[in-house]
Amino acid sequence: MFIVEVGTAFATLDFVATIKSQTTSDIVFAVSVIIWLFFTLVFANFAEVIAERRGRAQAASLRSARTALIARLIVKGSIEEVPAESLKVGDRCIVTAGETIPCDGEVVEGIASVDESAITGESAPVIREAGGDRSSVTGGTKVLSDEIIVSVTQEPGKSFLEKMILLVEGANRQKTPNEVALNILLSGLSFVLLLSVATLQPFAIFSKSPQSIVVLVALLVCLIPTTIGALLSAIGIAGIDRLVKQNVLATSGRAVEAAGDCNTLLLDKTGTITYGNRQAVQFFPSSDSSEKELAEAALIASVADQTPEGRSIVDLSKKIMGDNGAVETSQSDDWITIGFSATTRMSGVDIGDDSYRKGAGDSVAKWIVENGGTVDALSSKAITEIASSGGTPLLVAKNNRSLGVIYLKDVVKEGIASRFATMRSLGIRTVMVTGDNPVTAAAIAKEAGVDDFIAQATPEDKLSYIKKEQRSGSLVAMTGDGTNDAPALAQADVGVAMNSGTQAAKEAGNMVDLDSNPTKLLEIVEIGKQLLITRGSLTTFSIANDIAKYFAIIPAMFQRVFPVLKPLNIMHLTNAHTAILAAVIFNALIIVALIPLALRGVKFRATSSASILRRNLSIYGIGGVILPFLGIKAIDIVLTLIGVK
Amino acid sequence: MINSTIIPLLIMAALIMAVAPFLGRYIYRVFADDQIKKDTKLNKLERNFLSRIGIDPLAEQSWKAYALSLIAFSTVSILFIYLLQRIQYLEPGNTNHLHAVPPALAINTAVSFVTNTNWQNYAGESTMTAITQTLGLAVQNFVSAAVGLSVAIALTRGITRSRRNTIGNFWVDLMRSTTRILLPLATIFSIVLLSQGVIDNLVISRCITTIAGGKQCIPGGLVASQEAIKELGTNGGGYFNANSMHPFENPNFLTNFLEVYSILLIPFSLPFTFGNFAKKRREGITIFAVMLILWASSSLLLLHFETSSNQLNLAKTANLTAVTSTKVLPEGQDLRISTPSCAIFSASTTATSTGAVNCSLDSLEPAASGVALFNMMLGEVSPGGVGSGLYGILVFAILAVFVSGLMVGRTPEYLGKKIQGAEMKLITIYLLISPAAIMIFSAFAVILKTARTAVGNPGAQGLSEIIYSFVSTGNNNGSALAGLSSNTDFYNITQAINMVIGRFGLIIPVLALAGALVSKQAIPQGPGTFATDKPLFASILIATIVLIVGITYFPVLALGPIVAHLSLGH
Repeated sequence: MFIVEVGTAFATLDFVATIKSQTTSDIVFAVSVIIWLFFTLVFANFAEVIAERRGRAQAASLRSARTALIARLIVKGSIEEVPAESLKVGDRCIVTAGETIPCDGEVVEGIASVDESAITGESAPVIREAGGDRSSVTGGTKVLSDEIIVSVTQEPGKSFLEKMILLVEGANRQKTPNEVALNILLSGLSFVLLLSVATLQPFAIFSKSPQSIVVLVALLVCLIPTTIGALLSAIGIAGIDRLVKQNVLATSGRAVEAAGDCNTLLLDKTGTITYGNRQAVQFFPSSDSSEKELAEAALIASVADQTPEGRSIVDLSKKIMGDNGAVETSQSDDWITIGFSATTRMSGVDIGDDSYRKGAGDSVAKWIVENGGTVDALSSKAITEIASSGGTPLLVAKNNRSLGVIYLKDVVKEGIASRFATMRSLGIRTVMVTGDNPVTAAAIAKEAGVDDFIAQATPEDKLSYIKKEQRSGSLVAMTGDGTNDAPALAQADVGVAMNSGTQAAKEAGNMVDLDSNPTKLLEIVEIGKQLLITRGSLTTFSIANDIAKYFAIIPAMFQRVFPVLKPLNIMHLTNAHTAILAAVIFNALIIVALIPLALRGVKFRATSSASILRRNLSIYGIGGVILPFLGIKAIDIVLTLIGVK
Repeated sequence: MINSTIIPLLIMAALIMAVAPFLGRYIYRVFADDQIKKDTKLNKLERNFLSRIGIDPLAEQSWKAYALSLIAFSTVSILFIYLLQRIQYLEPGNTNHLHAVPPALAINTAVSFVTNTNWQNYAGESTMTAITQTLGLAVQNFVSAAVGLSVAIALTRGITRSRRNTIGNFWVDLMRSTTRILLPLATIFSIVLLSQGVIDNLVISRCITTIAGGKQCIPGGLVASQEAIKELGTNGGGYFNANSMHPFENPNFLTNFLEVYSILLIPFSLPFTFGNFAKKRREGITIFAVMLILWASSSLLLLHFETSSNQLNLAKTANLTAVTSTKVLPEGQDLRISTPSCAIFSASTTATSTGAVNCSLDSLEPAASGVALFNMMLGEVSPGGVGSGLYGILVFAILAVFVSGLMVGRTPEYLGKKIQGAEMKLITIYLLISPAAIMIFSAFAVILKTARTAVGNPGAQGLSEIIYSFVSTGNNNGSALAGLSSNTDFYNITQAINMVIGRFGLIIPVLALAGALVSKQAIPQGPGTFATDKPLFASILIATIVLIVGITYFPVLALGPIVAHLSLGH
C-alpha cells in the first residue's frame, strides 16, 4: 500500500509538472488514472475499516455490561461504595442479589446463582461458590440470589474481557506468524515488480518509446498484489469476529491460526462426547421375574431419587409399564425413602413390610443375603456383562428377592461419531479424556469413534499426553475448566477454557468459550481453517490477476512504436488509454468486490484436503486468471461507450 | 516436419527416465549418513586426506560453517585462476606465446568458471594456454559442479532431517561429489568421446598449408577430457571458441546426442536422490516430472520455432550462408549439426545452466532465442545445473506450497516442515536477488553509451542481446547471443558481479534455509496435509514457476524477443 501511496503522489507531481505539453485526451486520461489510483487507496482502507467496525459493534455490546458499576468494597470490616474502576487486585467486595459483579474475581465466601447472559447469551443462571472449580466470576454479570464476597483478581480495564474487547476491535491486533510470512512474500514480490517497472523505462527509451510516469505507476499499481494487501488484515479481523459470533473470545489471532493447524484434539468425555450423565437404557430381569415386575420395582425404588440417573430410570420404567406407572407413583404418602449413602451404596423405599432397593451389584447382593435370600445366576451374569462392556449395572431387589439388573450407560451424543469421522478426513485425531476406568473408557471410545482415549486421566496425564503429541510434531487443542487443567491448557497450542471455569484456567488458555460448551472446539478448528483458506485463496487470486493486467497494459504502452505488438492485445481493447484505465479501474473495483468474501470467509467444507484444494484452486486460481480478462474487457467497453480516447 | 524431428527428443526423454532413478539412487548412497560413516577403505583414505589438510571429516557443520567453508573455497579458487591467467606467459609449453590475460577479462573468466557459469568473453584457443585451461578451468569444471551438488544435498538434508543442527560437512560433500560422481562419469564419457574422434592430445598447434597456399594453424589440446566434464557438470565453457560447433569438440550426430544426454543426466537424477533422502519416492518423482515437462515443452517450442519458420525468415532477410541446389541452410549452423539438433541442444543447455552451444544462438529465430532466454529466466530449474537445479526447484516448491497450501486450511508445510516467516524471508531473497541484479545491470547497459556500442544488431534484437547476457550470467548459464561484443571493461566487471550474485547470492540463502528447516520438527503427514506428491501439486508448481518468472520478466520479453519475433511478420 505504501508503494501505491508514493506512486500516486509521484504520478500526480509528474502530471502537474508536464501538464502544459500534453494534449486534452492525455490530460483526461492522466486525471482519470490518478483519480482511480486514489480510489484504490480508499478502497483498501475501506476493507479494514468495515472489518474493524463490525468488531467494534461486537465489542460495544460486550462493553455495555461494564459501564458505571459501583462496587461495595469491604474496608476494615465496614462497607464503602466506590466506582468499579478504582478496584485493585486483592480488594474484596460484597455482592448481593440484584447487584452486578463489578470485576473479574474469585468467590471467597458464600454461594450464589449468577446470570451470565450478558456475556454468554445463555439465560439459565449458573451457580458460583467459594472453593472448587466454580469459584470464578466475571465482571458485568448479575447475582440473582444470595450474597457472595468476591476477591478482585484483575484490575478493571485489564480484565480478561477487557483485553478481548480490545482484540475484537482490532486495536492491538498483532500480525500472526503466517500473516508475517505472507507479508514478507508480498513485499518481496512488490519489490521485484517495482524494479521490473522502473527498469522498463530505460528499455523503453532504448526501444524509442519512452513512457509517461502516470502509465508506469498505473502498471506498477496493477501488478503489485494490492488486492490481497488490502484485504489481508480484514481477513484476520473477520476470523476473530467469526469466533466472537460463536461466543468464543481469543486472546490472539495466533491462536485462531493454530486452531486451523491442530491435528490432535483432546476432548473431555463428559459434555463433549456424552451427555454427561449415565442413563438407564435396558432392564435385565432375573430368572424368576419379568421385565414389567423389574420395571415396577425400579420405578418405586427411584421415585425419590432426584439424580439424573434416577430420573432416567423412572423415564425408562414408565415407558415399559405404559399407563400403570403413573398410578404407582401417586401413592407415596406412607413411603419411607432410603437415601443413597457412600457407605451403603444403594437407595430405595420401604412401603410397609416391603423394602425396595437398587444399587451397586455387590452392595445389594449383600443386603439380599442379609435378608436371607440369594442372587440368581442370571442377574449375576448380567452384572458382569454390563460391567465388562463399560456400563454401570444396578441390581434391583425386593426384600430378599433379586428382580434383575438396570443397565446404566453413558449415552454418546447423537451425530458425534460422524463429526469425528469428518475430523479424521481432515487429518485430525480425536482423543477422549475421561476419569472412567479403562474398560468403560474403551467402550465409549469405540462407540463415539475417537482415535484414542486417556482413561482415569489426571491433569498430569493430560499434560504428558500433550507433550508427547507435540514432540512428534502435532499441534494439540484441548478444552478445560478446572484450576488443575491450567498447566495442560497452557501447554496446548490451542487451550479453550470454559467461561464457567476458574480464573486460573482462563488465564492459562488462549481462548475462552463464553457458553462453556466443550463441543465448540470442533467449530473453532473449522473457523481457523476457514481463515487460512480465505487468505490463501485471495492471495492466489490476486497473483493470478496479473496475467490479464499485463496483456491489457503492455501492448497499450508500446503499440504506438511497435504496431506489431497488436496480437498481444488479445482482449481487443479499444485504445491505449481505455486499456490502461480499464486495468486500473478493475484493480480498484476488485478490492471492493472481494470485501464481502474476505469478511464472510471462503466456504469451508469438511472433506479431504485434496478436494478442498481442487475446488479452491479452480475457483480462485483459474478464476483469478480468467475473471480479469472479462472484467477489463467489460470496463473497456463502457469506457469506449462514454467516449474515452 | 515435427514428426521426424521429435524422435531424438523422445529417445532422449526415454533414456533419461531409464537411467536417472538409478543414478539418483547411487548419488543418494554417496551422501547418505550411514554410507559416509562406514569404515570402508575408500572412506578411510578420504578421511585420512581431509585430516591431513586440517579438516575433521566426521564432524558435521552448521549452515553457517558450511557456507563459510564454501565461500572460502570459492574465493581461493577465484584468486588462483585469476593469478594463473595473469602469469600464463611464464608457463611452460606456451609455444603460442600467449600474453597474460588482461585484468578485467581475467576476473570475468575466474568468476565465470568458479560460479559454474562459464561465460566466455574470450576465444579459448587464442587466449588461454593449455596449462591455464587444464589446471585452472578444467579443474573448476569439476569442483564448481561439485559445489552446486553439495549445496543441493545440504538443502535436501535440511528438509528431510528433523530437529538437528547440522547439514553435513562441506569438505566431505565436495570431495565425494568430485571423486565418486563427477570423475567416474567424466572418465567414461571422455573415452566414448575419444572413440568418436574428439581429440585429446598435448600437441599445441598443427600448422598446415591450405590448398590456396595460406598457412593455417589448428591448436590441439586435452579436449575430450575437458569436453566430458563441460557437459556433465553443466558448465559449458568450450576449449575452443566455437564450443560444441567445433568438430574437435563435437564431431558427429552421436556425440551431439551424447553431449546433450550428459548435460541432462545428473540434474535429472537429483530429484530421485531427493526422494531417496525423504524416504518418499513419489516426492522425487513429482519434482522430476515438473523438470521433465518444463524441459520437454521448451525443447518442443524451440524446435517448432526453428523448423517451421526458418525458410521463410531466410528468404526474407536473404541471410543465407550456404545454398545448395535443394536445400536452404540457415545462418549460424554447421552442416553436420541439423536444425533439430541445434534446437534440442539449445533448449537443453539453457535449461541446465550449461553455456555450451552447437549453433549460433544469435542467429536463431527471435522466438526461439526468446524460449532460450525464458529457460534461463526460470532460474535454471528445468532441470537446471548440477545441484543448482534441485535447490532452485525446491525453493519454488516451497513457495508453491506456501501460497496454495493455505488453501487446504493449514499453515503451509513442505514434507512436514512448517514454512514460516524466517523461511519466507530467505525464499524471497532468493527469488528477488537475481532478477534485481539482472534488471539493474541491463538497465544500466542500455543507458550507458559505452555499453550500447557493443550491441551487434539494432532494435529489439540488440535489446535481447544485452538482456540475454545478464540473464545468462545472472543465472550462471553462460550461453550468449554472441552478437554482443562484451569483452569490454564494463561488461567484464558487471557480468562478474552479476555472476557472483547469481551464484553465492542464492547459495547463501539456500544454506540458511537448510539451516532453518533442519532444526524444525517434522510434522506427521496425514489426510489433512497438503499433498506434494500428486500430479495436482506438479501442475501447481509449474504454474507457480511460470507465473512468478512471467510477471517479473514479461515487459522485457515483450520489448525484446516478442517484438523481434512479431516484426518478422508472423
